[in-house]
Amino acid sequence: MYQYNEIDQKIVDERVAQFRKQTQRFLSGELSADEFRPLRLRNGLYIQTHAPMLRVAGPYGLLNSKQVRMLAHIARKYDKGYCHFTTRQNIQYNWPKLEEVPDILEELASVQMHAIQTSGACMRNTTSDHLAGVCVDEIEDPRPYCEIIRQWTTLHPEFDYLPRKFKIAVSGSQRDRAATQFHDIGIHIVKNETGDIGFRILVGGGLGRTPVIGQVIKPYLEQQHLLSYLEAILRIYNLFGRRDNKYKARIKILVRETGLEKFNDMVEAEWLRIKDGMELSAERVAAVKTHFTPPPYEANTDQDTRFAEQLANDKAFATWHKYNTAPHKVAGYQAVYLSLKAPDTPPGDMTDQQLDAVADLADRYSFGEIRVTHRQNLVFSDVKQGDLFALWQQLDSLKLAMPNIGTATDMICCPGLDFCSLANAGSIGVAKEINDALDDMDYLHDIGELKINMSGCMNGCAHQSVGHIGILGVDKKGVEWYQITLGGSSENEAAIGERLGPAVAKDQVTNTITTILDVYVKQRLEDEAFLDMVNRVGIAPFKDRVYANN
Amino acid sequence: MQIIKDNQIIDNSWHYVNEADTPSAGDISVSLAHWEKDKAQLLQHTGKLGVRLVPGDAVDTLAQDLNNIQLIELDFPDLADGRLFSLAWLLRSRYGYQGELRATGNYVAEQVFYLSRVGVNAFVPQKPDDLAAIQACLGDFSVNYQASIN
Ligand code: SF4
Repeated sequence: MYQYNEIDQKIVDERVAQFRKQTQRFLSGELSADEFRPLRLRNGLYIQTHAPMLRVAGPYGLLNSKQVRMLAHIARKYDKGYCHFTTRQNIQYNWPKLEEVPDILEELASVQMHAIQTSGACMRNTTSDHLAGVCVDEIEDPRPYCEIIRQWTTLHPEFDYLPRKFKIAVSGSQRDRAATQFHDIGIHIVKNETGDIGFRILVGGGLGRTPVIGQVIKPYLEQQHLLSYLEAILRIYNLFGRRDNKYKARIKILVRETGLEKFNDMVEAEWLRIKDGMELSAERVAAVKTHFTPPPYEANTDQDTRFAEQLANDKAFATWHKYNTAPHKVAGYQAVYLSLKAPDTPPGDMTDQQLDAVADLADRYSFGEIRVTHRQNLVFSDVKQGDLFALWQQLDSLKLAMPNIGTATDMICCPGLDFCSLANAGSIGVAKEINDALDDMDYLHDIGELKINMSGCMNGCAHQSVGHIGILGVDKKGVEWYQITLGGSSENEAAIGERLGPAVAKDQVTNTITTILDVYVKQRLEDEAFLDMVNRVGIAPFKDRVYANN
Repeated sequence: MQIIKDNQIIDNSWHYVNEADTPSAGDISVSLAHWEKDKAQLLQHTGKLGVRLVPGDAVDTLAQDLNNIQLIELDFPDLADGRLFSLAWLLRSRYGYQGELRATGNYVAEQVFYLSRVGVNAFVPQKPDDLAAIQACLGDFSVNYQASIN
């Protein structure tokens, strides 16, 4: 994992000093609330329903155990003993005090963390595949490129006041686990005919009010041109993106209104003028790659025979293993998901004790590294198969072993009305209700792979439009209603969900979901996943049943 | 009025003027539209010439005139309009503008570090009190991740 050098450390330290000064100028009245707003946002600080919310960056989802202990410490000292992992691999605190935020940032900087550009109309945290470097379908490890992009985007002087927020995601695998088609820029690592590594660049994807699937703007970009090409896109967007209406300010609207072809011409013309001046050298890439070399894997870990016995003898362990682990490129190792979707906790939340315990487990079982997934779970990327049983037992006692990864109760859910000042409707409470209704694990596993995403308003922080089942909170004359969509996907075969019909009342949401699942169970073909069935039959059978009584 | 130029506090000698009352002498700056319309006449003016840009102005047509211009002002309608950062970069990098590049209007001292990086070398404070804050903020960072103008 990337380790800061003196320059990196200086940048985060100076950023803390800068924000301390800005906060003082605000508190003393030298800066107005309107002037302070964009400054605090660029340090992850929102003013929310109850208190400020601080969003801390998880650079492309990678954390080490020391950093996780710091997250625990901050949760204890400055918050109410917990924090929340987001769909963009970041960490949120819901109860910090404004005056204390500079101190929090200083503590974060001591472990090479920060909250730079985690909100505001600027380039945000670059996200990536949570299985980067260990998955079996990888073309090349995306993390070095993510780090290069992280550095380039951080404190970029020209692009910090964009028309709107700007998100970049990178995938290095055949299977897209980073929702790259729904980012302002999506980057796929590809190999050309001669075996060279380059990038396919997508532009104009996004979720929120107007979900759009990104379009390919550059089928193959040579490695050395990565940053010049990003700079060309950003310059065109900064100059020509709409600023008259914040709902039309994302790059997807610029691409749509300009037309991809013309937009492409503009970017290409700009790029040709700058590309030779800012080539990424092979040495630079190689130097960053040295931070992402494989950990010291032990040989012959696949010879361990206890593992097969444990799988055979313990049904609960076998079930957990089936759902909460992923194959690893090194024989005898596996990646392990820590489910943050236990029935009684809001999706993505963790307490300080859990964080501390997870840090210890990571040190013991996974080379001290922890990853955040874009479905709000954690991953230990490098666990020996012989350790899985012991790890499972400990995760179970921490309530982090719910065998539900990829199933209906592995919901993505935004904070909704409970914390977010923009919300139209509650989401955490509804998630709990659905969870309670699906407490029969055999039924849950029978339903199989299913992604339910729920957002408390049109902003769509929980990506409901790409959920296999999407739930969107809407406000009707002060009452909470929920719109249901079916058939969305943020993976390779990206799709935006289709609306099932009129919104349903709050007390009908769970009922609606179980009805939909019932239709699926009755009408699916053998081994047909939910999404496949929706794609085969459309929404009509679901619609008929859900609205049968109206 | 005092401003900051090249890190020093100096007295401002420039006046922004509109078409209706353009004085015949003195250091004046005009809008881009005014410049494009009355260029020939303005070039006869005794005193230095400047152009005031607002976000949305295109600088490519101005590029050919840069030798006749000693000041370019970037006038912020509000601090969040980042187009002026790109205009500054274009003027310095693409069009090789060497004269004074000045931020004015509704920006805040907290933005001058980035502005200086994209080539802005003079700052008109929103309030006279801001001079010290601007000078302090110019030193916000001692290292950078990416190349720009400075
Ligand atoms: S989707 Fe809406 S309610 Fe939920 S966190 Fe985002 S802005 Fe808030």
